[in-house]
Amino acid sequence: MSEQFKQALDGITRVRGVRGALMVTDDDGLIIADAVMEGVRGDAVAALAASLSARMAKATVGAGVGEQHFLHLQAENGTLLSMPAPNGVLIVVLAENDVNVGLVRLEMLRAVEAVK
Amino acid sequence: MSRVRAVEPWIEDPLVRFVTEAGARLTLIMTPSGQVLAQHGFTRAVDVMAAAALGAAIVSSTREIATTIGEETFRALNHQGIQHGIFLAEMATPRGPLLALVVYGPESSVGLVQLFYEDLVQELVAACPDEEPTKPVIAADFERDLHNSLAFLFGR
Repeated sequence: MSEQFKQALDGITRVRGVRGALMVTDDDGLIIADAVMEGVRGDAVAALAASLSARMAKATVGAGVGEQHFLHLQAENGTLLSMPAPNGVLIVVLAENDVNVGLVRLEMLRAVEAVK
Repeated sequence: MSRVRAVEPWIEDPLVRFVTEAGARLTLIMTPSGQVLAQHGFTRAVDVMAAAALGAAIVSSTREIATTIGEETFRALNHQGIQHGIFLAEMATPRGPLLALVVYGPESSVGLVQLFYEDLVQELVAACPDEEPTKPVIAADFERDLHNSLAFLFGR
């Protein structure tokens, strides 16, 4: 994993409540770099988040609201966040429900800068 | 209506789940010699025969490449096209090795196919009956088995 990507993901995982952060290819759903807690199936999160993001991208364009910038999916036992980055990369974060989403989003934006 | 047809019934349920979850367009489960045990999505027997023969040949040739670089075998092979991808992998079951050939479109991804392929292997291994008694393979048997399999797979 390149040092630049590692630092970007470390910035995200330092936020309290984050269980894992991944850089994923948005078309293949494969992991480019990851920093996830033990017990988190990174490959599953990557594949499913990329699929979800691709469908949401179609939905936002179809709804006439343009391209998606940030996806926040709140579930019963956790939160999934994703943000498209340049060059076909998707930043994906898995976190607790009480995570500071604003802070995570800020770190995700920094990670987007890292892949530019 | 499911488009999955299986010569061996224990394959059908795991394969239906796999094609539904992974969004596979075409799927073949076959033996390393190219004998088809189940298929999803194919409409013509000739396409199944061609895909099975070519898939088995690819696995066979990549196994030789693996041997030359000191690997026992490759776990999986993915060919990525612009509109479609082909995922080809070998799995070990109590009935011996089987091959899976999966064609997926832009609505799916290699990540999804890999993810649900792992589940498919686990389910097939769990559902697989004990090994069949081996019998000598002669050309006439192979030809007859092939035609019987294709007839069943296409409901003839």
